[in-house]
Amino acid sequence: MGQFAGLLLDSIVSGVLVGGFYAAMAVGISIAFGMLGISNIAHPALILLGSFIAYVLNSQFGWDPILVGVLATVPFYFLGTLLYSAYEIAFERRGTQLIRGLAFFFGLLFITEVGLQLVFGVDYRLVETPYIGPSYNIGPVSLPVRMLIPFLASVLLLIGLQVFFMRTFTGRAIMAVAQDKFALQLMGAAPVRVKRIAFGLSTATAAMAGAFLIILQPVEPSMGRDYIGRIFAICVLGGIGSLPGTFVAAVIVGVAESITATFYGPSWSPAIAFGFLLIALVVRPAGLFGRA
Amino acid sequence: MSNGRFILFACLVGVALVAASMFVTNEYYVFAAYFVLQYVVLATAWNILGGYVGYVNFGTTAFLAIGLYSAAALNKWLDLPIPALIPIAGVLCGAVGLVMGYLTIRLRGVYFTIATLALSVVVQTFITNWDYVGGSRGLYVMRPSEVPVFGSYVAYLFFLMTVLAVAAVVTARAIERSTFGFGLAAIRDDETAAAASGVPVLRLKLVAAAISGGLMGMAGAPLPFYLTYVEPTSSFSLAYTVNSVAMPLVGGTTSWIGPVIGAVLLGTMQQAMTVLISSSVNLLVVGLLLVIFVIAAPNGILGLIRSKGGKKPDPETNPLAAMLVTEKRSSQ
Repeated sequence: MGQFAGLLLDSIVSGVLVGGFYAAMAVGISIAFGMLGISNIAHPALILLGSFIAYVLNSQFGWDPILVGVLATVPFYFLGTLLYSAYEIAFERRGTQLIRGLAFFFGLLFITEVGLQLVFGVDYRLVETPYIGPSYNIGPVSLPVRMLIPFLASVLLLIGLQVFFMRTFTGRAIMAVAQDKFALQLMGAAPVRVKRIAFGLSTATAAMAGAFLIILQPVEPSMGRDYIGRIFAICVLGGIGSLPGTFVAAVIVGVAESITATFYGPSWSPAIAFGFLLIALVVRPAGLFGRA
Repeated sequence: MSNGRFILFACLVGVALVAASMFVTNEYYVFAAYFVLQYVVLATAWNILGGYVGYVNFGTTAFLAIGLYSAAALNKWLDLPIPALIPIAGVLCGAVGLVMGYLTIRLRGVYFTIATLALSVVVQTFITNWDYVGGSRGLYVMRPSEVPVFGSYVAYLFFLMTVLAVAAVVTARAIERSTFGFGLAAIRDDETAAAASGVPVLRLKLVAAAISGGLMGMAGAPLPFYLTYVEPTSSFSLAYTVNSVAMPLVGGTTSWIGPVIGAVLLGTMQQAMTVLISSSVNLLVVGLLLVIFVIAAPNGILGLIRSKGGKKPDPETNPLAAMLVTEKRSSQ
């Protein structure tokens, strides 16, 4: 195999792995923005909060970041329900979610970021686990375990969520609230309660995505905003509110970024997601898997 | 007050500001006042699209930085003076606003918001990779120590920013009272109804996006000379965006005076707090104020004043209350 093909294959594989992790970051937005119509641009900042929780518990007590991520979903769930209650009372009920709701989440993003900066400074932080160093090599392709674990965990997270949405009453009610709030009321479910649960769930995924992020790379408080464009690009490309679509789109963006980084230099890759976002918005706003 | 009289009034305020700056011996105060005036321009520009039309732009940083870097690059290349750089930056950013608007504003407003947020990341990527303006290392901008008439260079920059601020406020007020402005308000209240009544919705939105972006770019043009050193990380600080969103929302978005009140209050507060406490804490305070105001006082300080002076706003006579009602209806 030529050197070019080897490089290409290697960057595709690492793109798929990173893409799977992007799906975990984007799934929260897919639920909040896609299903509930809540433009939670503070989600990436909450992911960073999750990363720093994993950092603190890992560096203080040596806990495994994935375990911390799973445990942190509980407080994050309740944080999410609280946030939604505030959002519902202050904006949805008044009908001002479009401008002021966006400004609210933007303020939240900013407060979280500056708050993390005040506590942890602007240095990069990382976690220590036995699986961060090693890497398997198959021919020219390297499979670093620090990428493999977030990828597998993300896939499990997405499958779990998909099963929840398809099989349980609450899950179906969440899918229904996205389609027709009024009809849902007739079926005997309270839209606000359903949305609160869904938003809590969306926030809970941030705890896990944050743990994956800090396994994958060292983190720094203002990193979150670099992910906003990427995450929304994935959601729009995948089709609003579709979890399989989110996964496929995340892998596409991951591979495109990885190839760009390999052949043109990593400093160009942030522009890739934006290109995808614009193309998706212009050509097919419904996304790959969305209903047109 | 007619537009002509208002222009005269605004110019007088501007002349008074510049005259006052001449008598101030401590140059720091002029620096601080420049900072506040820059935010008057940014907040007013944001409000033309955000307040009048209801499209939220989170890309102030991107527009400002395009203005800043185009000025720095053209100054390095052709040695152009600032008065020539300002209109160039304005046209460039106006075009960026137009293109962004054309690509995304036709869809739901929230896509425009997300695209503008992502725009800052992309513009930062390009600037970081652009060696001519120093890339990530940054670029020093030389400025003459003396300028004729004004004496110090800081006084000259302050004069330019005063002119920009006066121009921005006059533009915003003129828009508010023109047919164009009524069209924008109609779009904000109910886009479908506006389109049905013959308002050229897309064209008006695009013009507003171009004016708003252009003004932000113009505010950025003198900035390299104010800072004397530009580099991507601080030029793309989210502080510009959060401030230009917070100031109109704290002041009140429906009138030109709202962003001015917000910019003067929050800008002065930040200058004082940067000196007294630290710059991170003051940004935290801006974020908190933004969240508190959008929750507790959705119509800003203007709304607080109005509801105190009059009775409960009536949707029949008060356009603001009517806006809230229609927004509520369309969301259901």
